[in-house]
Amino acid sequence: MSLSEQEVREKVTENKENSDHEVLVQAKHIKKYFPIKGGIFKHTVGHVKAVDDVSLSISKGETLGIVGESGSGKSTLGRVILRLLEPTEGDIIFENNDISHLSNRKLRDYRKNMQIVFQDPFASLNSKMSVGELVEEPLLVQTSLSKSERKEKSTKLLERVGLRASDRMKYPHEFSGGQRQRISIARALTLNPKFIICDEPVSSLDVSIQAQVLNLMADLQDEFNLTYLFIAHDLSVVKHISDRVAVMYLGRIAEIAPKGLLYDNPLHPYTQALLSSIPSTNVRRRREKIKLSGDLPSPANPPSGCAFRTRCPYAHERCSVERPELKHYHNGHYVACHLYDGPDT
Amino acid sequence: MTQKPLLEVEGLKTYFYLDDDMVAKAVDGVDFTVSPGETVAIVGESGSGKSITSLSIMQLIQKPGKIIEGTISLENDNLLKKSGKQMTKIRGNDIGMIFQEPMTALNPVYTIGNQITETLKKHKKLSKKEAHQRAIELLKVVGFPRAEKIIDEYPHQLSGGMRQRAMIAMAISCDPKLLIADEPSTALDVTIQAQILDLLAEMKERLDMAILLITHDLGVVAEYADRVLVMYGGQIVEKASVEQLFENTKHPYTTGLLESLPDIDKEMDRLGAIKGTVPPAHSFPKGCRFSDRCPHVMDHCYESNPELRQVESDHHVRCFLYE
Repeated sequence: MSLSEQEVREKVTENKENSDHEVLVQAKHIKKYFPIKGGIFKHTVGHVKAVDDVSLSISKGETLGIVGESGSGKSTLGRVILRLLEPTEGDIIFENNDISHLSNRKLRDYRKNMQIVFQDPFASLNSKMSVGELVEEPLLVQTSLSKSERKEKSTKLLERVGLRASDRMKYPHEFSGGQRQRISIARALTLNPKFIICDEPVSSLDVSIQAQVLNLMADLQDEFNLTYLFIAHDLSVVKHISDRVAVMYLGRIAEIAPKGLLYDNPLHPYTQALLSSIPSTNVRRRREKIKLSGDLPSPANPPSGCAFRTRCPYAHERCSVERPELKHYHNGHYVACHLYDGPDT
Repeated sequence: MTQKPLLEVEGLKTYFYLDDDMVAKAVDGVDFTVSPGETVAIVGESGSGKSITSLSIMQLIQKPGKIIEGTISLENDNLLKKSGKQMTKIRGNDIGMIFQEPMTALNPVYTIGNQITETLKKHKKLSKKEAHQRAIELLKVVGFPRAEKIIDEYPHQLSGGMRQRAMIAMAISCDPKLLIADEPSTALDVTIQAQILDLLAEMKERLDMAILLITHDLGVVAEYADRVLVMYGGQIVEKASVEQLFENTKHPYTTGLLESLPDIDKEMDRLGAIKGTVPPAHSFPKGCRFSDRCPHVMDHCYESNPELRQVESDHHVRCFLYE
C-alpha cells in the first residue's frame, strides 16, 4: 500500500537533519479525485485521480520544486495544499497545525501565511482595479491598518519589486507581462507570508524577462525568509531556483531528491527521459536522447501497477501488477520504481 | 553558399498602420536566404518580428498590416508579384506551414481525414479514393500506429502531440520544398516536444525539404538548426551558422539571451537578465534599437542604427562594437 505514518515521520526527521530547519508545510497522503459525471441523472461514473497519494514536507526557508508534464497533477497538488481545493483524502499540516479540516472562517487566519502566484498575470489580476488597489486589497481584508498605512506599505512593496510609486494609479493592462508578474508578487507579499506557492510564475514570459523575475524571486526569498513551492514544467528553471525537486507523473511522485542528486544521478526512468529530452544550447555536446513513445495516459484511466510502465523502456512483468511505492534510496533521494527494490539503505 | 538558394528574402518591410497615425515597423528591412534541404531558425522574443516575417513569406498579412517593400523569391520567382489565386496554389503546394497551436489551426468540425484530403484533392487533383489512401499513408509516415482509425477522428479526440503530428501530415501532403514551422513545439510537453522535432528532422531528410523554424527557444535552435537569424525590433541583429552563433556569440542581445537561460549543466547564483523590456514596434529608440537595454552602449549608439555587417565568413552582426 502507501507510505506508512512512520515512514513519513522518518522522512521528515531526515529533512530536519539535512537542513537543520524545522518543517513548515507537510502534506500527508493527499488524494484529490475529480468525479466524472455521466448518464441522464449525472451519476458519478468514474474519477480523475489528479493527485493520488502524495506525501511531502517542506522545511522553512527551503524551495521545493515540482516538475511534471501537463496532467501530472502538479498544479492540483499546489491548490490542495493551500486548500483552494478540498482534498479527497489526506492531511495538510502547516506549522504543526492540521489545517485540512478547518472551517473557512478559521482558515482565514492561516491564509495570510500562505500565498500563491499564478502563471498567467493577465488572468489573475482584476483588470478593473488599479495597481494600488490590487496590492492594498489583502491589507484591507486581513488587517486593521489605516488608509495611509496601507498606502505606505503597498508603495514600499511596489518599489521593492521594481515598479514605481507612480504606477499605483495605473491599471494592469498598461503593463507588460513581466511587470504584471511583479505586481502579482507584490500582492502576494503584502501580508508577510511565510509560504508562497509559485505556479508556473515565469512560463508565459520571454527569456530575458523570465531571468529578471527569477532573480527577483530569489532576492525576495532571502530578504523575507520565504519558503517556496515552485511548480513548473521547465526543468532548467526548476533546477536553478530549487533546493529539492519532486518529479510527478500521473498524480504521483516518481522521484524526489535534493537537486544535485536528482539532476546528476536521476534514478527513475521517467526522470532520466525528461532530463535527456531538454534541448541543450551546447552545440558540440548533443545529449543522447532517451525517447519516450506515446503520450501521458489519461488520469481517469491510469495503467495498472506502475503508471509509467506503458512508456517505460525497462518495464517488466511486475510493473503491471504491483504499484511501486516511494522508497528511500540514499541521502534523501526517494524513488518509486521496482528497479531499485534492493535492500533498503 | 555554393547552392542556389531556394528562398531569398531581400529588404522585406512589413508595417502595420495603427489608429492615431502610428506605424508599427514589425519587420523592417530583413534579408536572408534558405538553401534547399537546410534548416534556418529565426529566434527572438515576442514582438521581435519573427512570426510576421514568416507570415509575410506566405502573404498572410492582414489589415492594417502591409508588405511595403522588398522581394521574396522562391526559386527566383518573386512571390510578391503573384495574384491571390496564384499564391493560393503556392501555399500548401510549394510552401507548407505548421503553427504553434494545433487546436486553433485545425478545423474542429471536420475529421482529420477530411482536412488532409482537402489539400490533396485541391492541389494534387486526386480522386476521393486516392486522396483517402494517400492520407492514411501520410498519417502512418508521421507516426500514427492506427492511421485507419485516426483518419475518421476529430481534432478534439487527439492529444496535443497527436494534433501536431496531424498538422505535419497536412503540411507535407503535397511534398513542399519549404516548410515554415512557427513555434511547432512550444505548446507541447518536453518529452512530446522532442518527438515532434525529431519527426520534423526526419521528414526533412526524407522529403529533402528546407525548414524555416521560428522559435524563441535557443535550445531547440542549437539542436536542430543549421543557420540562425536572431531578430530584435523587426531587424536581424545577428546571422550566423549555429556553431558560430553559440560558440562565438557577437551581438550583446544574443549574449544577453544566452545568459538569461538557466543552464541545466551549470550551477549559477544569478541569471544574467537583460534590463528593461522589448520596445513596442511603434516606438523604437532612435539609433540602435537595442541601445536602451545594452550593457555596452556607447554615445553614437543613441544617434544612428548600425548596419548588418559581415564580420566573418558566415557571421553577420548589427553592432558598432564590431566596426
